[in-house]
Amino acid sequence: MRAAVLIGALIVFAALPFAGFSIPGLFEGTLGGPGTLNLLGLCFVFGALALTYDLVFGYVGLLSFGHALYFATGVYVTAIAVTRWHWSLPAALLLTAVVSVVLPLVLGAVCLRMRDIPFAMVTLAFAQAGSILVAQNPFGLTGGEEGLALGGDTLPAFLVGVANTRNLYWIALVLLIAIYVVAWRAVNSPPGRVWQAIRENERRVAVIGLNPYLYKLGAFVLSAFLASACGVAYLLLQGGANPQVTTADFTLALLVMVVLGGVGTLWGAVLGGVVYEYLDFRLVALSNTSAVQALPGILRVPLSEPLFLLGVLFILLVLFVPGGLGGALRRRLPA
Amino acid sequence: MTTIALLLITGLGLGALYFLIAAGLSLIWGLMRVLNFAHGAFFTVAAYAGWSASGLAGGASPEVQWLLALAVAVLAGGAFATLTEVLLIRPLYTRHVGQVLVTVGLALATISLVQGGFGSDPKRLALPAWMTGTIAIAGANIPTTRLVVIAFALAVFALLIFFLRRTRFGLIVRAGVENRAMVQALGIDVQRAFTLVFAIGGAAAGLAGMLAGTYYGTIDPGRGTSMLIFAFIVVIIGGLGSVTGSAVAAIVVGVLQQFLNFYGAAGVGDFSVVLLLAVVLLVRPGGFSGSST
Repeated sequence: MRAAVLIGALIVFAALPFAGFSIPGLFEGTLGGPGTLNLLGLCFVFGALALTYDLVFGYVGLLSFGHALYFATGVYVTAIAVTRWHWSLPAALLLTAVVSVVLPLVLGAVCLRMRDIPFAMVTLAFAQAGSILVAQNPFGLTGGEEGLALGGDTLPAFLVGVANTRNLYWIALVLLIAIYVVAWRAVNSPPGRVWQAIRENERRVAVIGLNPYLYKLGAFVLSAFLASACGVAYLLLQGGANPQVTTADFTLALLVMVVLGGVGTLWGAVLGGVVYEYLDFRLVALSNTSAVQALPGILRVPLSEPLFLLGVLFILLVLFVPGGLGGALRRRLPA
Repeated sequence: MTTIALLLITGLGLGALYFLIAAGLSLIWGLMRVLNFAHGAFFTVAAYAGWSASGLAGGASPEVQWLLALAVAVLAGGAFATLTEVLLIRPLYTRHVGQVLVTVGLALATISLVQGGFGSDPKRLALPAWMTGTIAIAGANIPTTRLVVIAFALAVFALLIFFLRRTRFGLIVRAGVENRAMVQALGIDVQRAFTLVFAIGGAAAGLAGMLAGTYYGTIDPGRGTSMLIFAFIVVIIGGLGSVTGSAVAAIVVGVLQQFLNFYGAAGVGDFSVVLLLAVVLLVRPGGFSGSST
């Protein structure tokens, strides 16, 4: 039954680019139009990214504040290789893959010497170093504050241009499915069970004779690698890299997504990522409507700031709905 | 030589700001095991409260305006922090990760609200005339604001040490950092110490917000967050829960950052501070200081 619903939903999403009708209020323009497909593609990417974050945070209990760094690795390494060095896309992807294994391996090895909150602070510090590096525009590679538009001369034609948005949409959809499958296999594998045991009681895992450090490092690297893959899809959808994705605020947004959807459930994290990205986008549109603009300043200012609304929503969820949207839904529909 | 003196004192000024933020963070973490992401929000809200107050007193002399701004910032920081502790941290008493998450949400919401209300452009601060000048020390022209910031940080350091070593509440805080369960078992109300530590930390962060405005001449919504990250680094290098450790680490980080940003390329200093953190963690995972004050 659940499998049938899932397959049906996948078919609907895969066929969406051919839809000619529109859903007023939810999306602007027709469903199959490039604007909606781009938004949905970004929602899928953020759903997948939230999932990769949930792997370390929800399943191993590692509160990393540096996840943006690995997403940004995917974005920037690919962008630099393609745009600055004029590499072909496969070569650029190969380089990105290598970097996105080596970097988390080295940094994770250092960070995981700490636990709990100190671990969180250290990951934050490394991510900040990455953010500084990107902002400083070393050798004119990253474009600094301006960001880096993806140059098209070596990109395959089917990835470029508004008319090809549907291809990018499908890539995002496939990415989400692929990451979901990998994550599902991972958390249900023997190492995945050890991750969850570490989350519950790390000392006990050590007493049993396993080395928690190696398992945590494995989860850290896997999650970072998948996050980099999300970064590549994001780069293609956005048509460029922007330094926003390297900032601490971006990681905090990821945390909000996962908690919004429900920590420690795969589909909850995906839901959180999709809902967050959708709200973030639509709340900007809402703040520009005449109804909001006509309000007095004391109401207009808070309503015009998506991050304010999302931050407040987040606080309320943490205080009153600890399981997030996923947990609340599950209580309603006992499967 | 003059360059070195200038860089040294500027670095000490920066370190003083880091210390004011880090001292509160470190005590809060030591006592309550809360990583307070909202500390940057305390900093920012207090700075804007002070700036608004100094704007309201537009007719007064710049000295009065500045002192008023400073006082309002300290009060605003302390009040905001106390409210945060009572309304958001306390209900999540047994959920440490929940506490961190709430402070994250508060930081995001507050800073975007400040940005929406005041705009993201920097605001100029009215400074007394003598603060806009320089003083010659060892042949270098040192901006007086650097010395003002350092003096305030020294005073706060002395007050904090006095508070921790010589008062009853300080004793409870120190004991709580050492072993919270034991203090509770002795029948002492640690809850009040939590609120107090939050209020002190918030007031210090508020002071830092206004002094950072004095140091840079302007305030803007984003500075709290970027300084918070360096304050985190200071807290870890100094040893979590240690005020003295934070002070030493703040000086090291501030001075190192200034020198390398000047002699290396821009940003090299910021970058090497993170490297320093990595090295410290590899050599001494607990930071430089393990004592409770």
